[in-house]
Amino acid sequence: MSDMRELYQEVILDHNKKPRNCYVMDCATRSADGHNPLCGDIVKVYLRIEDGIIEEISFQGHGCAICTASTSLMTESVKGKTVTQAKEIFEGFHDMLTGVAAEQGVELGKLQVFEGVREYPVRVKCATLAWHTLNAAMDGDDDEKVSTE
Amino acid sequence: MSTPQAVVEAAAVVDVERIRADFPALHQEVHGRPLVYLDNAATTQKPREVIDAIRTFYERDCSNVHRGVHLLSQRATVAYERARTTVKKFLGAADSREIVFTRGTTEGINLVASSFVRPRLGEGDEVLISAMEHHSNIVPWQILCEERGAKLKVIPIDDDGDIILEEYERLLGERTKIVGIVHVSNALGTVNPVREMIATAHAHGVPVLIDGAQAVPHLTVDVRELDCDFYVFSGHKVYGPTGIGALYGKREHLLEMVPYQGGGDMILSVTFEGTTFNEPPHRFEAGTPNIEGAIGLAVAIDFVNKIGIPAIADHEGRLLADATAAVLDIPGIRLIGAARHRASALSFVMEGIHPHDIGTILDSEGVAVRAGHHCAQPVMKRFGVSATVRASFALYNTHSEIDALAAGLLKVREVFG
Repeated sequence: MSDMRELYQEVILDHNKKPRNCYVMDCATRSADGHNPLCGDIVKVYLRIEDGIIEEISFQGHGCAICTASTSLMTESVKGKTVTQAKEIFEGFHDMLTGVAAEQGVELGKLQVFEGVREYPVRVKCATLAWHTLNAAMDGDDDEKVSTE
Repeated sequence: MSTPQAVVEAAAVVDVERIRADFPALHQEVHGRPLVYLDNAATTQKPREVIDAIRTFYERDCSNVHRGVHLLSQRATVAYERARTTVKKFLGAADSREIVFTRGTTEGINLVASSFVRPRLGEGDEVLISAMEHHSNIVPWQILCEERGAKLKVIPIDDDGDIILEEYERLLGERTKIVGIVHVSNALGTVNPVREMIATAHAHGVPVLIDGAQAVPHLTVDVRELDCDFYVFSGHKVYGPTGIGALYGKREHLLEMVPYQGGGDMILSVTFEGTTFNEPPHRFEAGTPNIEGAIGLAVAIDFVNKIGIPAIADHEGRLLADATAAVLDIPGIRLIGAARHRASALSFVMEGIHPHDIGTILDSEGVAVRAGHHCAQPVMKRFGVSATVRASFALYNTHSEIDALAAGLLKVREVFG
């Protein structure tokens, strides 16, 4: 039970219940669809990037608490960052979840709440789906829809 | 499930504790808790006899079948062909030559699609399946229909998870070349009225394949009484090993069917000018088969027969009723599937909580369930959910395990508030 509290921390439960930046963005410059075929989780990430800066980010989709909270917290953590910075955060986040020693200098902040997911290998994909989708959106051409798993 | 009264009365009571002693995997702890294995629709655990039979084969009789004149090969051949006879009796078939060993249900369906339906499926023809099929009874037909320019038609189901029989009759037509129906739904637990559905199809001159993967562990199956043209199942869902299953096909069909794969054992003679194919069932068993799998499956069937399907069905029926009541006692739970006749699987969702989160929390309590789309995404779509939690029962499950499931679900509520 205490393990479950470790995994499902208050911040995660809160973001699952009330996801931030959860809306369709009409003025998105880029977007990408993410899909986890194993569990059917679906997420679409919208970006408005201006001069290499993520001015606005939102998402739509459905998934488990880990997936939903991770997507919500991701939008908060990369908003206002440059594409390069966002990629660095993703790398740091990914390293944390896969048990690789975190790179120096990557400030994960609230994203640390997902550290417990590392103990649940089958759930790592739930936490990273949105990030892979964000990555695909950032790499894609403007207005091009990219799918990822 | 509702078992006929006479059968219930005749059924011996299952001695669960004695049966459990026979399953080594059940006696372990996961995450510091005793394992409560409720994922039997995915695969069942194996009794000691099955594990021993496989070991004995490799320690004593290991050899190829239908080949050597030496003693070991004779022993292997006898055991393999005896296994075929065991499967024949288990399904109520008339002739062992009507039993083809396969890798499992999926291969059985692919074999029928490829060797029976493909040659008779033309442009504009139709394949008819139901809306509650497993992906294995959808995708092979989709691929085939695409290739032949044929159409895949789907019989709708109602809100309880029952097939709408009037729609079924309406969809059966002159262009229908095969009907493929699941006997027991893996996602909903629905037991379909396959005997009546087969009779209806036959009245239109249409052959029928029944996917029995979830049926054979729980119901008495008699292919002659059903009068189905094909019946397929997997060994691992009925206490046998993985990688083995069987296809029953009416002899008249098997005789006219083209081979599924080419290779050794499926031929009578080979020259570079041409090949004479072997008789069924060997025509459809190219290459060295899964010998230890077939032997293990036969031992699993013997194990089931020893306890008796009526006794098993009775025990599992009580578990299902008990579990249904226990789960419905928990606030915010909605059952997916309330068919008139169900067997051994309980599918549900919990308001505001994703099945995967439920699965993880239950696992931390030692309770193994399936959380996901159960390889039946169209079923999920039909009920407006992306996934469900499924608890599925076997003859070794106990009522205290249902209590553990219920306690685990209360923990889920506690974590999520």
